[in-house]
Amino acid sequence: MCLAIPGQIVELFPDQPTAAMIEVVGVRRKVDLGLLQDNLPVKGDWVLIHVGFAMSKISEEDAIDQMRMLRMLGEAEFAMEEVEGYGLEDS
Amino acid sequence: MKFVDEFREPEVITKTAEEIRRLADPDRHYRIMEVCGGHTHAIYRFGLKDLLSSNIELIHGPGCPVCVLPMGRIDDGLSIAQDPNVIFAAFGDMMRVPGTTGSPLEHKARGMDVRIVYSPSDALKLAKNNPDRHVMFFAIGFETTAPSTALTLVRAKEWGLHNFSVFCNHVTIIPAIRAILDSPDMRIDAFIGPGHVSTVIGCRPYEWIAKNEHKPVAVSGFEPLDILQSIVMVLRQLKAEQAMIENQYKRVVPWEGNSAALRAIAEVFELRPYFEWRGLGFISQSALRIKESYAEWDAEKRFVVPGVRVTDPKAAQCGEVLKGVLKPHQCKLFGRECTPEHPIGALMVSSEGSCAAYFNYEHRKTEMVTSISSMA
Amino acid sequence: MAHGAGGKASRRLVEGLFAPLLFGAASGPLGDAAHLDFDGTKIAITTDSFVVKPLAFPGGSIGELAVNGTVNDLAVSGARAEAMVVTYVLEAGLPTPVLEAEVRAMGNAARKAGVIIAGGDTKVVEHGKADSMYITTTGIGRPIPGVNIDPKSVRPGDKIILSGPIGDHGITILLARGELDLEADLRSDTRSVLPLVEVLAKAAGPGIRWMRDPTRGGVATSLNELARDCRLGIVLSEEQLPMHDAVRGACELLGLDPLHIANEGQFLTVVAPEYAESALNALNLAPGGEEAKIIGEVREPPAGAVLVKTLYGGSRIVDMLVGDPLPRIC
Repeated sequence: MCLAIPGQIVELFPDQPTAAMIEVVGVRRKVDLGLLQDNLPVKGDWVLIHVGFAMSKISEEDAIDQMRMLRMLGEAEFAMEEVEGYGLEDS
Repeated sequence: MKFVDEFREPEVITKTAEEIRRLADPDRHYRIMEVCGGHTHAIYRFGLKDLLSSNIELIHGPGCPVCVLPMGRIDDGLSIAQDPNVIFAAFGDMMRVPGTTGSPLEHKARGMDVRIVYSPSDALKLAKNNPDRHVMFFAIGFETTAPSTALTLVRAKEWGLHNFSVFCNHVTIIPAIRAILDSPDMRIDAFIGPGHVSTVIGCRPYEWIAKNEHKPVAVSGFEPLDILQSIVMVLRQLKAEQAMIENQYKRVVPWEGNSAALRAIAEVFELRPYFEWRGLGFISQSALRIKESYAEWDAEKRFVVPGVRVTDPKAAQCGEVLKGVLKPHQCKLFGRECTPEHPIGALMVSSEGSCAAYFNYEHRKTEMVTSISSMA
Repeated sequence: MAHGAGGKASRRLVEGLFAPLLFGAASGPLGDAAHLDFDGTKIAITTDSFVVKPLAFPGGSIGELAVNGTVNDLAVSGARAEAMVVTYVLEAGLPTPVLEAEVRAMGNAARKAGVIIAGGDTKVVEHGKADSMYITTTGIGRPIPGVNIDPKSVRPGDKIILSGPIGDHGITILLARGELDLEADLRSDTRSVLPLVEVLAKAAGPGIRWMRDPTRGGVATSLNELARDCRLGIVLSEEQLPMHDAVRGACELLGLDPLHIANEGQFLTVVAPEYAESALNALNLAPGGEEAKIIGEVREPPAGAVLVKTLYGGSRIVDMLVGDPLPRIC
């Protein structure tokens, strides 16, 4: 229901603590950081942007974790099947 | 594009789709509701249905703020902007949504000052730059968008900007899910939870769905891999006969939500006793209104609002489609009287409405798919 | 009236009103220019009106668009523009330097495109009765020998070639209006495509079945029109669509489909499969054609639809644009 996409903070404005310039593959816009005031992002951080407001900081660590988990999908089962295939399950 | 492209990686998508096939019991029919219209749009845009076996049915939920907005609200908003001193500002999504006397875009063609804004803060800027005019922002959206409107009103008050008001149509998602689950003709096995709403409200508000209704929920992102992984998550739960809330979209959604956003909502808004939803009828405590302390910026208090009620055409079966009882093309009006160009029902008006998405992306497709398997 | 932004509404207007009343029953599918034969002398003729806000934008302005647009309409009909006449409709009060800049831009574009401006007319309307300036250009040209554009000649298996990256013009204009507060290093792609069309004609003349410049309504609208006219299906592969990063970024941010965004310096062509490789090679070697790509092909079923295939086996139908592309937040 809500279009929101990741953008990187490329500039902060010392005179406007709740504004930041963000970039989405070559497109820049000033966004409002007011909804992240409990944990203000810094330059270089990635944030999720919706209607000109930063909604959430994006965690690179969680993104990497997710991809690692997805890449492993099925592999555990394959390993089990292989083990079973060798008739080792009773040993 | 970082945090986008990696979640569209073909090899991993294929693998995840295989996992779904492995998990799904071929003798069982699964009905999974994606609550959010953004998911509906993504499912069609990325052609994700093509990757799922036919026994996994995706039901498109009520999470499209444009679709569920009663026509009378549009009429009310437009009636305020009949005053030539008023600028009607709204998101692009609203521009083609018909009221009884036409859409905002049609009113613009007839001379109304209608502006498309990308952000509520742009509407506020418009008011700042037009001190002799009054800017009314026609606000729509769920909990994702409400904090931005709220913060914009806080700023208007701080700056003492009095030529600005908000016509508030913000709605809340949980009561709509409850209304759907309470409906007697409803059978859903699991939910794909709205990721972007959850950045604000967190994951706790869904806990009753697992605890009381025993349905799995995966709060999901919007890229192909996010949606597919969420389907994997709920299928695993169903297989293990579990029901819990899983956060698939951890990289963005904190379990507890966004405290500052929730504070902004609480500062400016309060629950309406009830609100009408197109296709679902009146739902209690399902929408927000502006608090008395911000009455000066509340268009409904500042202007005389006719309070129009328009009933949907009887022939349109939006409610049934919204609850998943009918598929979009099974509605009597689909593709004939009701098209994206001339929408009659709620779900045809926004590109995220399930009927419009089905019409734009799926309609006529089945006959074609068979012929493209060898595309170079 | 909401017939402005290309796509369904304007097609209906033309087919439902203008064609039956003005062109008679003999007219075939609507092309970009008419080809006429006067006792053996063949000429192509076309006309187009230009309305754009703002008048000047990164990479071009209305004066330049008005020349290139008409040169391109002739080019994709298989003709070389030779001369044009122009009409300016001006809103009273338009600053002279603004007008002068546009006339200058028009002159430069005409020289660059090798077309003579043979005459013109100016009308001034009351302040408020027009938006600054409208330009109409009517061009005539000579058919390029050996090129025959006819959607009915399109066959299943034919390849679809796109001359370069999509969306630059439409997104540039959207950003230049300033309402969205977005910035990007983008320029309109406005240019004459005639040099590239001539390269194509040389390399694959007999294999060219159809051409079109995907202006308002974008690639999706042009290909939907083709699909309807030839009663065949069009299948595109998404990863082949050439596009600049900033266009993609803006489309993701605003919820737009790049296939619906206007272009002013690109063209689409359908070529017979045996000519596809030589056509593409020739375009890629020509200046300004480096990013040309085969983006899809013509298939038999179903009549009249455009399907986009994703990288991982999903697919979606892409329809003509309904009205203007509007940014969305949902």
